[in-house]
Amino acid sequence: MANMAQAIRMALHHGEKNLGVTDIFGEDVGAPLGGAFTATQGLETAWNSPLDERGIISTAIGLGLAGDRCVAEIQFCDYIFNTIDLLKIAGNTLWTSNGQYNMPIVVMTPVGAGIRGSVYHSHSFDAWASRLPGWKVVMPSTPLDAYGLLVSAIKDPNPVLFLKPKALLRVRGEELIPGEPPEKELKSMIDAPIGDRSKWKARWPELGEFEIPIGKGKIVREGTDVTVVSYGRTLPLCTKAAQELAGHGKSVEVIDLRSIYPYDWSMIRDSVRKTGRVLFVNEDTEVTNFGEHLAYRVTQELFYELQARPRVLAGKNLPGIGLHPNLEEASVPHFEDIMEELEGVLAEVP
Amino acid sequence: MRQVQSAKAKVKLSSKTKKPAKTMTPVKATAKPVKAAAKDRALGLLPKPQVLQMMDLMVKSRVLEERLIKVYKAGDAFFWIGGPGEEAFGVPLGLLTNKGQGPAYDYLHLHYRGTPTLIAMGMPYIDSIRLIMNRATDPSTGGRNFANHYCYPEWNVVPVGSPIEVQYGMALGTAIAQRRRKMKKEKSGVTIVTGGDAGSAEGDFASCLIWSSRPGNELPIYITVQNNKWGISTPYHEQHGEKHVADRGKAFGIRTNVVNGNDPIESYFQIESDLEYIKKNTRPVLTEFELSRLYGHSSASGANRENEVCPIDLFEKRLVDSKYIQPGFVKELLAKYEQESREAADIVRTEAGPAKSTIWDHVYADNENADWRKF
Repeated sequence: MANMAQAIRMALHHGEKNLGVTDIFGEDVGAPLGGAFTATQGLETAWNSPLDERGIISTAIGLGLAGDRCVAEIQFCDYIFNTIDLLKIAGNTLWTSNGQYNMPIVVMTPVGAGIRGSVYHSHSFDAWASRLPGWKVVMPSTPLDAYGLLVSAIKDPNPVLFLKPKALLRVRGEELIPGEPPEKELKSMIDAPIGDRSKWKARWPELGEFEIPIGKGKIVREGTDVTVVSYGRTLPLCTKAAQELAGHGKSVEVIDLRSIYPYDWSMIRDSVRKTGRVLFVNEDTEVTNFGEHLAYRVTQELFYELQARPRVLAGKNLPGIGLHPNLEEASVPHFEDIMEELEGVLAEVP
Repeated sequence: MRQVQSAKAKVKLSSKTKKPAKTMTPVKATAKPVKAAAKDRALGLLPKPQVLQMMDLMVKSRVLEERLIKVYKAGDAFFWIGGPGEEAFGVPLGLLTNKGQGPAYDYLHLHYRGTPTLIAMGMPYIDSIRLIMNRATDPSTGGRNFANHYCYPEWNVVPVGSPIEVQYGMALGTAIAQRRRKMKKEKSGVTIVTGGDAGSAEGDFASCLIWSSRPGNELPIYITVQNNKWGISTPYHEQHGEKHVADRGKAFGIRTNVVNGNDPIESYFQIESDLEYIKKNTRPVLTEFELSRLYGHSSASGANRENEVCPIDLFEKRLVDSKYIQPGFVKELLAKYEQESREAADIVRTEAGPAKSTIWDHVYADNENADWRKF
């Protein structure tokens, strides 16, 4: 099975070979490194940019204005904050020009905690991203979804922010990308060797057509007692909690939202109508968190069908993620936190 | 004219300007250069019809800007910002731009003082008035943005924004697209970016210098600065230690120039020379145009006439002195365009603004729904 970094790499190759991608660029994106997380190794159109996030985003905007297709990377989302006005421009160009200039760009950036990344390699960006109208925002939790969402993002005529859960980039999936070769063979084909890479060229597998529509979530596990909605790093933790609670006779429905905006409201609505209870889980900071918007909507539209108050479990409202494991684990949701919240939601009596 | 480019890149303007300009100007340069008749030798380097055309367009642009100010002061617009004082730079730029759509033509990343350039390219008055009066008919933004925030995809005029200097970064992208085509021997244009001296303090200006001069990946980009010595109410000399903004290009091996942007002839030949250099060498040029800001920053500062040098007054005097025009020529132009601008404003006053129901239009391409209430 491919890991998520490999899946992203293969989607980018599909983009440059079949979808007209002209530039995959950012800091250390090109050879020899091929990305801080190796997600851009071996790509023909990958190139290294100056260490300048504003230059990266504004160049992407210019390429979009020229009608070229690019995928730009900010090495860690912690460093995207000084581009926030440019992200706003990318999101409003079509609207401000009254429909005259599309902005077909993809920006990808690793997000979240889980790698002991300390204060400036552990930020999340999904709540911020949800406040960038005009953008579409996606975040996979499996290699297969990463592949399918990135293909859709490249095809999309709008700006798409592709958030990479960095803690999952090395995790292998349970579902194959159509045409994906066995793990060892894939590694020999598309992983750059250690040491001298100057003569190395990737050999790309022939993959079948596959994409995941932006805006569509996925029911990872069906259940009847409570709904948990998540994405990215916390999604597999929610699934694990659902498995654990099943052993205690509780049926938890797990939704991988996958698209943060536009989001799959009909999937959430139908699930909450069925269970009457819902928990939203993500690791961005908790005040004005995206989960709060979803909880608000549940409250507004499904209030009389609820058996318990909707809950949001998110990162603590702290200025950073501390390096020591005790600090990191106390700052962002972990398995035990999710278990505790789910048990709390299930225990509520209307 | 002061040229501050490196010795290696230096091109003497005089040697470049001995022949009549080859441009895409609407006036065909069929007349022979005027030589002996003109005391002002620089004037004689351009065909007389082209000189007169520039005067005509400068006046035309000025009248439009003054009309926009009147529209604002009459209460028919919420805000005015624009380019009176930049005509001697903007008009030549518009005339020399290879206009069209796509990377084969020149891209224009303008700041919000670009009316002279648009007028020279052929923009009708009514477009600009519809923009300032935020009518549904406004071809740039559909009533969504300020005066002088133009957008003309058919001429590669990308949307003008209010954040200053972000255009210097975005211009890199169109220039990369053009370099790519140039390397493939495809038809490709030049990216042109304009902006103010105050905004050159923003990091995006430095980004532009760095990215456009990457060794082996130099970009076909014309980086221009319109130095009016002001940042809203703050004088340039209080904030900038560098003598010229253009000096900053030297560190990157970029050809740089400082010219009198109140002189349309000097501006014309510098722009022509710079564009030729960029096309020939696929390398950036940074040119600083020193010019006036005649009505302050915007309506926020009153939009009243300031005591600064007027490029039209200067040019009129030159043309009269050189017997290109009679005294009163400009006055007649003013009257003609005043009437045209008034008639355009009268039409626009009768037009409707955008409907409230249109706010969700064009959030996403093809009007895909972006309203979460309808997800």
